[in-house]
Amino acid sequence: MAIWLTKDSKVIVQGMTGSEGSKHTRRMLAAGTNVVGGVNPRKAGTTVDFDGTELPVFAGVADAMKDTGADVTVIFVPPQFTKAAVIEAIDAEIPLAVVITEGVPVHDTAAFWAYNVAKGERTRIIGPNCPGIASPGASNAGIIPADITGSGRIGLVSKSGTLTYQMMYELRDIGFSTCVGIGGDPIIGTTHIDALAAFEADPDTDAIVMIGEIGGDAEERAAEFIKANVSKPVVGYIAGFTAPPGKTMGHAGAIISGSAGTADAKKAALEAVGVKVGKTPTETANLMRELMSAG
Amino acid sequence: MDLYEYQGRDLFERHGLPVLAGGVATTPEEARAIAERLGGRVVVKAQVKVGGRGKAGGVKLAEGAEETVARATDILGMDIKGHTVHKVMITVTADVAEEYYFSYLLDRANRTFLCIASVAGGMDIEQVAAETPEKVVKAPIDAVKGVDEAKAREIVEAAGFPAEVADQVVDVAVGLWRAFVAEDATLVEVNPLAKTAEGKLLLLDAKVSLDENAGFRHPDHEALVDQATVDPLEQAAKEKDLNYVKLDGEVGIIGNGAGLVMSTLDVVAYAGERHGNVKPANFLDIGGGASAAVMANGLEIVLSDPSVKSVFVNVFGGITACDAVANGIVQALGLLEQRGEQVTKPLVVRLDGNNAEAGRAILDGANNPLIERVDTMDGAAERAAELAAAGV
Repeated sequence: MAIWLTKDSKVIVQGMTGSEGSKHTRRMLAAGTNVVGGVNPRKAGTTVDFDGTELPVFAGVADAMKDTGADVTVIFVPPQFTKAAVIEAIDAEIPLAVVITEGVPVHDTAAFWAYNVAKGERTRIIGPNCPGIASPGASNAGIIPADITGSGRIGLVSKSGTLTYQMMYELRDIGFSTCVGIGGDPIIGTTHIDALAAFEADPDTDAIVMIGEIGGDAEERAAEFIKANVSKPVVGYIAGFTAPPGKTMGHAGAIISGSAGTADAKKAALEAVGVKVGKTPTETANLMRELMSAG
Repeated sequence: MDLYEYQGRDLFERHGLPVLAGGVATTPEEARAIAERLGGRVVVKAQVKVGGRGKAGGVKLAEGAEETVARATDILGMDIKGHTVHKVMITVTADVAEEYYFSYLLDRANRTFLCIASVAGGMDIEQVAAETPEKVVKAPIDAVKGVDEAKAREIVEAAGFPAEVADQVVDVAVGLWRAFVAEDATLVEVNPLAKTAEGKLLLLDAKVSLDENAGFRHPDHEALVDQATVDPLEQAAKEKDLNYVKLDGEVGIIGNGAGLVMSTLDVVAYAGERHGNVKPANFLDIGGGASAAVMANGLEIVLSDPSVKSVFVNVFGGITACDAVANGIVQALGLLEQRGEQVTKPLVVRLDGNNAEAGRAILDGANNPLIERVDTMDGAAERAAELAAAGV
């Protein structure tokens, strides 16, 4: 078992025929993901060959679900078309939509999120601007490299892609149940709290690593949630202690506004509820390793 | 991107919102032309992206063209909290009877937008909220439904705006929301929203932030960037599509992925505490596909910063293979030499992840005395800080 993405997940790709979409469809297939098709209205009815695997192209998400039983979509379409692609996925009521696209206007994300809420949140949205979700050894939906680590009993939730990879690499001796990259935008579909709740409920996860960064107060709210709801040990890491206020550090959401969103405030909030916070990724991994061996 | 007040005023005016007649000047002569056009009494306001300009002497009244020229001469070039005044906005004056507050902003926590309104305007809204929370209304806005007349009236009633201005505030609330959406803003703040002695509503200040991700819908937004205040290195990086932020330290940083680069800055700063207090000189994320050309562009920008004494290249090969990155570094140094750059600053390189062994072998095989390879992120940061401290 794992959270949200398992070996039984059937994955389609919106934007499969584009350059990023096709590159990562090939990688997902190589990782053992059960990719069952793609969506592109202009190429509906054709197939695409991925090293011997013929994948059908459908006109829409609903058609693809009906034909293949898909329950996960990974979205690679350019920012201009992302809102329409996500709304199509919501309309089709697909259980999980992973939005990889970077550079989506925040009004578009706010709009598809409001739309999803109005529809009863039948679709879990991960992202945008995220690396996706990987349950090592079972399935991989997005762009997280599949060969960094094998499966194990740590759950990982992170705002950053490469820090996710770094942490997976540091703890590859233990392995992960599921790694979720929730994305670095100001508005995202799945939050730290959603992932913490899912890991808490997952019988195959023993401990959780949570990676945050400057901007907003998601980590502070996660700390409150941990205090009230999480019994499993959590280790934290926050990036951006030395970031200057008022400057966007790569991720659209990574900005300190006035005195809000600083790494120090986030670290303090997590430590106040008993979460050990590492100073560097390596130190954070060591904290987790100590925890697991004391286990 | 944060706008200047005059840019916000222009934006409001374009969207049909009531603002004072005015213009912006970069020289006293331009100020004279505006004063002559407006006639009578005007207010001259320093254009800086920092609060407290009134107290600093950056806002002055003037009667007629001559006095306007004199006040503009005083204010232009003034330093307000480290910001040099390059422009002044000149508007007619208003006879203000009451001051209110109105804004729309992004509410990250609730994944939607928020309207904040108060009849206690003219001062810092956070202070009003702390001292008299009952005077501040915070209303979530549904991003799909937006603000129509009914929603606006709901807000106006909740905030307790006086009956004689209620209809005007409703119009402003609807119009401001339209502008907020049409321009892909993440903040529009009006403080004060003023009622004049004649009972007319005016937007007397404008604080606007625009979403840079929405630039593809707004080619006109590019012109709002103030080139005079853009760091030349940041400008050069932007032209090469590099995600670069200039900082004030000595260790140049190049990495892949925003989170990893932020983390690298921290690790270098910690190491710097042990080595002459050196700090990161920049943030530079070269992204997923670090080709030789991208690496060369990145290195060129970082090495052209005179305060850089050493460079730390920190790459975790996820999708990118480390051998490609290593080739990129070696070729980049070659490219820079071809471009006539004399590279003398040491490079500390840490490669991990996909094909790290092959990448390390390439760096070792290059036999370049400037390249030093360290296997761990913490160790490499330590070495880069040490080299920077030695080179300072």
